[in-house]
Amino acid sequence: MRRILYIVQKEFKQILRNKTMKPLLIAMPIIQLAILSYTADFTVRNINIFVQDQDHSVLSQKLINKISASDNFILNGVSASYDEGFDKIQKNKIDVILSIPEHFNRDFNSGRHTSLFIAADAINSNKAGISINYLQNIIKDFSSEQAAKKGMIEIRSGIEVVKRNWYNPALNYKFFMVPGIMVLLVTMIALFLSGMNIVREKEIGTIEQLNVTPIKKYQFIIGKLLPFLIIGIFEFTIGLAVALWWFKVPMLGSITLLYLFTFVYLILILGIGMFISTITETQQQALFIAWFFSVIFILMSGLFTPIESMPVWAQKLTLFNPIRYYVEVIRLVMLKGSSFISIKLNFAIITFAALLVNMLAILNYRKTA
Amino acid sequence: MKTFFVFVSKEFKHIFRDKRTLIILFGMPVVLVILFGFAITTEINNAHIAVLDLSKDSYSRKLQDKIAASGYFYIEDELQSFKEIEKSFSTGKIKLAVVIGNNFGKKLITGQNAEVQIVADASDPNTANIISNYLMAIIQNFTAESGVLSPINLNIETRMLYNPENKSVFMFVPGVMTIILMLVSAMMTSITIAREKELGTMEILLVSPLRPFVITLGKVVPYLALSIINAMTILLLGLFVFHMPMHGSYPLLFTEVSLFVLSSLILGLLISTLADTQQTAMLGSMMGLMLPTILLSGFIFPVSSMPMILQYISNLLPAKWFIIIIKSIMLKGAGLESIAFETAMIVLITFILGILTVKKFKIRLE
Repeated sequence: MRRILYIVQKEFKQILRNKTMKPLLIAMPIIQLAILSYTADFTVRNINIFVQDQDHSVLSQKLINKISASDNFILNGVSASYDEGFDKIQKNKIDVILSIPEHFNRDFNSGRHTSLFIAADAINSNKAGISINYLQNIIKDFSSEQAAKKGMIEIRSGIEVVKRNWYNPALNYKFFMVPGIMVLLVTMIALFLSGMNIVREKEIGTIEQLNVTPIKKYQFIIGKLLPFLIIGIFEFTIGLAVALWWFKVPMLGSITLLYLFTFVYLILILGIGMFISTITETQQQALFIAWFFSVIFILMSGLFTPIESMPVWAQKLTLFNPIRYYVEVIRLVMLKGSSFISIKLNFAIITFAALLVNMLAILNYRKTA
Repeated sequence: MKTFFVFVSKEFKHIFRDKRTLIILFGMPVVLVILFGFAITTEINNAHIAVLDLSKDSYSRKLQDKIAASGYFYIEDELQSFKEIEKSFSTGKIKLAVVIGNNFGKKLITGQNAEVQIVADASDPNTANIISNYLMAIIQNFTAESGVLSPINLNIETRMLYNPENKSVFMFVPGVMTIILMLVSAMMTSITIAREKELGTMEILLVSPLRPFVITLGKVVPYLALSIINAMTILLLGLFVFHMPMHGSYPLLFTEVSLFVLSSLILGLLISTLADTQQTAMLGSMMGLMLPTILLSGFIFPVSSMPMILQYISNLLPAKWFIIIIKSIMLKGAGLESIAFETAMIVLITFILGILTVKKFKIRLE
């Protein structure tokens, strides 16, 4: 036990001695969480629209006014030329072109068939889809309004649809993203610190000195794990404080449960780091491997893009992704107040993986280098 | 000049000697691009939903069939009561529940308003929004087929320019490419210098007749070459595996890629002048760059929707401009005149980073 404490003490001294490390560990996560959470928003605002008006009538002007009055659209030019709009799309100045045909006013009012045309820059497919959807809704509203005014009676649709948004009625995107970004920061710090640790001693040569001490393998690994576990929990606490007090993310479930899960999860991540550390020879290698996995883990965690949309093989791959389980748990517990029973499967998987990976790390670490 | 080549060949030897790093360096981008190109999509299909059917008549059945046949939804569960909705949500199994009201068919035939309630799990607001919109559209179609007509004869045609099938791959391949290039380049240079410092060999380089400028340049050149090879591999993958169109000019694309890689390498140099150990260099380049590049560059989330201040900050990222450039060249076939501003921004940022690096470069170690 004493031996473990000595190792822990040594590690803390080494970390806290490094002047650049402290701001990296404390300030950076807070700043990133605070700033980046504002970016992670799929809501599409400020859509730049160009209108090709070939009708120049009262009706077309009314439609243009309605569009530019909406919160989502910014009117960027009206003219009779389609090419002018296309040129703007080509130069990334606008996102959508709405084309109003000749005789729009006449045809609409006399109930004849008329047709509006929307062209969107679809390179960002998500944004294009949503922009078109907004625009269609505005046009539909507009046409019912105009029809009602003219006395053409709009028959109500036969099905009344009521939409309810549970757990987040205001559709606040930050509630969804902040816990996820928190998970990422905690994971990355834990993984990189532990992944570079033993291999650093190897590279500098100090591992020899540790190897000749009477310390046992498991004591060594535990001694290396503990400081990072404490740092990880510390990071998590800072993140949680920012999430609750700055972003006002609701905390419906039990904080104890969340800490318990974080604890087990950190042991898993640190174990992965230790394992990487034991199989590599230089910090550079360790770092690239850690980086490789963290990019995969992050982008395939369901944090930014839904897992259900992935192809089946990719969905299966995410079963090996620890971040996926943690993101699920933190969202369930914080936003839906899920209890232990709802997340017991995630708990079991992470616990099992943590035991397995740490065993591997201990077995793989050779005292005789 | 000769000393310079000697130095560059030293760097290459270092790189080629470490086989594992080499494999990681070239293999990793390929794996990442393939994985993400296929797996990351914002399109939503197969959303798991539950249905609570309070009518259980032929019309409500028909509506359910229509929902299931759309391809967007998978009916995971048929519920029996309102209470079960909450239970299904709290295990995270379903994203949305559809409640079909009492006497659905009867009301529909007799011209009363039949009721459908859509309960979405809005803890993920984006998915909630998209899938409830899909569902609304399906229900509207169902209504139309049931014979209720509207007097307005207005049709809206839409066209998806540059990407007729609205595939999100076109969005993600350039994004993944940018991120990988940026991180690999910045990381590689920042680590190699920090490594010389940590191992003590920097001392030897500094007392050698090589001037600091030559040392810096000698560090950049080999990695510039490696990164350009990486960039080409990723481009080929984009073209042949993901069938990205290439409407623009290759020389232009090549120049832009080199420019971007150069700016990332110089950023790496700057980080390395600030860091003494590989660990700090790595934490700086990785933690400091990874999330901001992913989130602020417009790779996943549209920059134009962010708060103003973040839009200004995003202008400082070469990655943001590079993503616009690649998409414009490849998908729109834009020439230099359309992307002159974006290119100028990258040049400017690179230039500023370069000046900072030269200023910060320490000739003596403490």
